Amino acid sequence: MENITKRQLFNVGLFLFSIFIAVPLIISATGRWDFYFTLTSVALLAIASAGVWLTFYIGRINIGQGAFALIGAYVSAILVVKGGISFWISLPAAGIFAAIVAIFIGMLVLRLRGVYFAMITLVLTQVVTLTALALPITNGAKGISSIPLPSGVSLFGIPILPDFATMANTKLAFYYTACILMVLTYAALYRLVNSRLGHLCRSMQQNEELASSIGVNIAHIRIVIFAISSFFGGIGGAMFGSIAQSVYPSSFQVADSVNFMLNCFLGGLGYVFGPMLGTLVLYFGWDLLFELGKYQMLVYSIILIAVIRFLPNGLLSLQFGKGARK
Amino acid sequence: MEQILANGVYLGSQYAMIALGLTLIFALMNVLNFAHGQMYVIGGFVTYTFYGQLGVPFVLALLMSCISLAILGALIEKFLFAPVIKGSKREESTMLLAAGIAFLLDALILLIFGEKQRGVPKIIDGVFNWDFRVIMPYDRILICVLAILSIICFICFMQYSKTGRALRALAQDRTAAQLMGVNVDRYSMIGFALGAMLAGLVGGLLVTITGINLGMGGPTSIKAFMMVMIGGAGVISGAIAGGIILGFMEAIGLAVLSQYGDITYLLIFVSLMIFLAIRPQGLMGKPWG
Repeated sequence: MENITKRQLFNVGLFLFSIFIAVPLIISATGRWDFYFTLTSVALLAIASAGVWLTFYIGRINIGQGAFALIGAYVSAILVVKGGISFWISLPAAGIFAAIVAIFIGMLVLRLRGVYFAMITLVLTQVVTLTALALPITNGAKGISSIPLPSGVSLFGIPILPDFATMANTKLAFYYTACILMVLTYAALYRLVNSRLGHLCRSMQQNEELASSIGVNIAHIRIVIFAISSFFGGIGGAMFGSIAQSVYPSSFQVADSVNFMLNCFLGGLGYVFGPMLGTLVLYFGWDLLFELGKYQMLVYSIILIAVIRFLPNGLLSLQFGKGARK
Repeated sequence: MEQILANGVYLGSQYAMIALGLTLIFALMNVLNFAHGQMYVIGGFVTYTFYGQLGVPFVLALLMSCISLAILGALIEKFLFAPVIKGSKREESTMLLAAGIAFLLDALILLIFGEKQRGVPKIIDGVFNWDFRVIMPYDRILICVLAILSIICFICFMQYSKTGRALRALAQDRTAAQLMGVNVDRYSMIGFALGAMLAGLVGGLLVTITGINLGMGGPTSIKAFMMVMIGGAGVISGAIAGGIILGFMEAIGLAVLSQYGDITYLLIFVSLMIFLAIRPQGLMGKPWG
């Protein structure tokens, strides 16, 4: 942490300024209010992608983030609708529940590596979707709809967070909430990567046996990392459910899990902020291509394939070369 | 009980064929082919077009499925996978590429064949009925026999032909195979084409029974992944074993657990996780394949 340069500080300041002040100004100037929803989605998907990136940091390809996002979305929705609990309590609860599920699943499957781990996490996504269809508490295919907007929070009579339902512009409020969450996530991620745990993770990414032989408790670390990763997934999913005000078994599917992975790979796995960039590019690209109608998917996938074909090491590999590698 | 076993054999033989194609591609190139399910769907649509719409004999239509998928697979390998494998620092990039191809094929299927469920007329009518203990339509039996026959043909091809021997050498050790004079680039392409062809063949066979639609691609890939994990990735016998085991589990699960709702897959997944915790490489796989 001590080697943060002035330039990095400046960049972070610029980034914060642009997402919290410049973007709302530009949007209100141009009148494209629909961009708020797009950008909010980008921020939330970036949180979930950060989790995928973290599991890659210990050398595992995680295609199961959609499962944890769905779990998070359902936990939050059930707590708010059936339990009548404030959304702001259900949000961390969703993350923690996803993390607990991840600990149980992780204990069994984290011994797997490479494509085996990738395959089982992919299967996990499908299984969670099917389970959500089958269980009575998740209301089957009908899902949980008309979730109330997040209510206000006040501590000792002092309002801390306003009631979203009374607000004139919920889009802006959700945008700010999502951005704050995203900034917190990435700050945590950056701190984690540059901590002792981060060093241990890097050693595991390179060679697990070797790391184990010099005394790294790999079984412990990989479960902790997987739990943190799923926590991010649960938070992202819960927030998404709250914005859409509904959760269905199809809210997060296999394709979403694959997209989370694509976000990370495309942004570049060597960089903490890679998944954020990847999410922005992919989601925005998808959104901009909307006007092509039925050719949207075709053009999108062709661009995607072309990017991988000609830049196999991620988008950020273009800009910095080896300078900013972590 | 006999009915469940018969269903298990029927499901298992098809699943084994799907898993074979996937595992072949994985063994040769270390590529997890996400687009396998989409290739299966394309195979189904090609057979539908030729047999269902143009009235070509079924066997010929099936052959057209195989040929078109083999060509598609060869092109994908030559122009996409081979350069990416050479150019990227991490082998995971191929996974990304495979996912991109899955999206592309989905888009192409949507544009060319549309999103409707398609079916073809039955090949043969009638139902086999053994004392009401085993009831199975004749066309299912025919498809099942055809699937088992093609699996046997495929195994013989891999065991005794020159191409098959080269492919097996390639799967064992790429460098050693190259040193022994195997043209690695060419046989990688042939192997990929063969894997895609198998997917197309199953698609063509199954279109006569279940029909085909756009949404079948993804779930098929997932099932294929499960089978490959049960049996062990990259091993032909493992893929067959995995396919048959999953087929039986599904048949039994659907029969026994039907009153509890759709939890068959949850149970299969939980047992798969426990199984993999004990034996991470699957039944017959090499450790960390």
